[in-house]
Amino acid sequence: MARSTPLNAAHRKAGGRMVDFAGWDMPVQYDGLIQEHERVRTGVGLFDVSHMGEIEFKGPGALEEANRLITNDLGRCTDGQAVYAGLLNEKGTFVDDVVAYRFSPEHIFICVNASNADKDFAWMHSNAKKVKPVNRSDDYAQIAVQGPKAFGLVQRLCKKSLEGVGTYRFTTGDVAGVPCIISRTGYTGEDGFELYCPPDKAEALWYAIIEEGKPEAAAPSGLGARDSLRTEMKFALYGNDIDDAHTPLEANLGWIVKLDKADFIGKSVLVAQKAAGIPRKLIGFEMVDAGIPRGHYGILHNGEKVGEVTSGTMGPSIKKAIGIGYVPTALSAEGSMFHVDIRGRAAAARVVKTPFYKKA
Amino acid sequence: MSNYPSDLKYTKDHEWAKKAGSSVVVGVTFHAQDALGAVVYVELPKVGTAVKAHASFGVIESTKAVSELFAPISGKVTKINDNVTANPGTVNDDPYAAWLIEIEPSTAADFDALLDQPTYVKSLEAAK
Repeated sequence: MARSTPLNAAHRKAGGRMVDFAGWDMPVQYDGLIQEHERVRTGVGLFDVSHMGEIEFKGPGALEEANRLITNDLGRCTDGQAVYAGLLNEKGTFVDDVVAYRFSPEHIFICVNASNADKDFAWMHSNAKKVKPVNRSDDYAQIAVQGPKAFGLVQRLCKKSLEGVGTYRFTTGDVAGVPCIISRTGYTGEDGFELYCPPDKAEALWYAIIEEGKPEAAAPSGLGARDSLRTEMKFALYGNDIDDAHTPLEANLGWIVKLDKADFIGKSVLVAQKAAGIPRKLIGFEMVDAGIPRGHYGILHNGEKVGEVTSGTMGPSIKKAIGIGYVPTALSAEGSMFHVDIRGRAAAARVVKTPFYKKA
Repeated sequence: MSNYPSDLKYTKDHEWAKKAGSSVVVGVTFHAQDALGAVVYVELPKVGTAVKAHASFGVIESTKAVSELFAPISGKVTKINDNVTANPGTVNDDPYAAWLIEIEPSTAADFDALLDQPTYVKSLEAAK
């Protein structure tokens, strides 16, 4: 039996097509993936991301404890700042990718993938030395309000000025009378907020945003649009593009790895891999020949399989068939050519600069 | 049920078929395109290719999914609709105007065995 978010009834009422996603009954689409994608690129869309997990470290030493588990450096943040980071095992490969929020050095809040929430909590709990984490996943619903018109809409519902809440900054306050963590983050490549709120207030908040957003035609977008939006940005999806077989250096996420901070789990492996040379890289490519690349299609070079596609789609905004995949480092430079095995046909593809989508 | 014209024959794989002279025109049903979502790619066989009833003859893809196309009848492909491969979204606009291929049947019995409209519509309702 799939779990339901507090917005399940709202999705069904809105005509959401429900699917099982990581054990959750979630809307993949409402009125059409392309429209739901476009409204986020040009206006504002709402996503129910209440299935995501939340894990908290509280008390003296919370920052040090959390910092030893993730690749990015909370010590370099200010209070009210968040970072994207890898949560690694001793092999230096991903347990998950997370966003860590620094309320204060004694209060760190970490948002994790729904599919990994239980695994992540068990991992953090068994590896935490002094400050044990608390699984807060059942205490929060989460609504992502994304798009160029998201800021104005959320601001109208919030008495507190949000002007000072820059990208990857957050604050707390009431939105439509509902107490929220108001985070200027997202997974779409557009401006916007992710609002963490009490589950029993989520439906009221959801409808308040849609009602206030009538002038902007604010409406829900499903997981399908969320995936096409993030793919156009080459944002990694755990289980597709990153997993426990790849390090963040291989995933081209060196920028979230701070090797100059104090020790963290997986660090020694990354230091060694950096010194020895990174064998493969996660790159973005576009098709030269016809066809759409899809996850698990082979990447061929001189007729040999040298890698695998991890994500692929026809980008609704860029109107091109694009893919993400691991290739040997020698093939990772922009302009490199290889073939994708599309159902037995070798179709030419070329490595391109990412993100695929660039704002006009 | 205007979504399912009564002058067409159907398959349980959500293709439609219609006689046109000695040939049979084939496309996908309203339900097929609705389940797929926005169609962004269609791959069709070359003219002259032999197709087999219930076997795959091509591929139709939406942003999120890849789906095979199954031949309603056995025979030889005599025409393909290049307009659909160039403009895949026409399948969503009108799945009955956006035909995919025309087949010269190898036996008349295949066509006669296809589902009529009420039977197909009933099967869709049963699957709900």
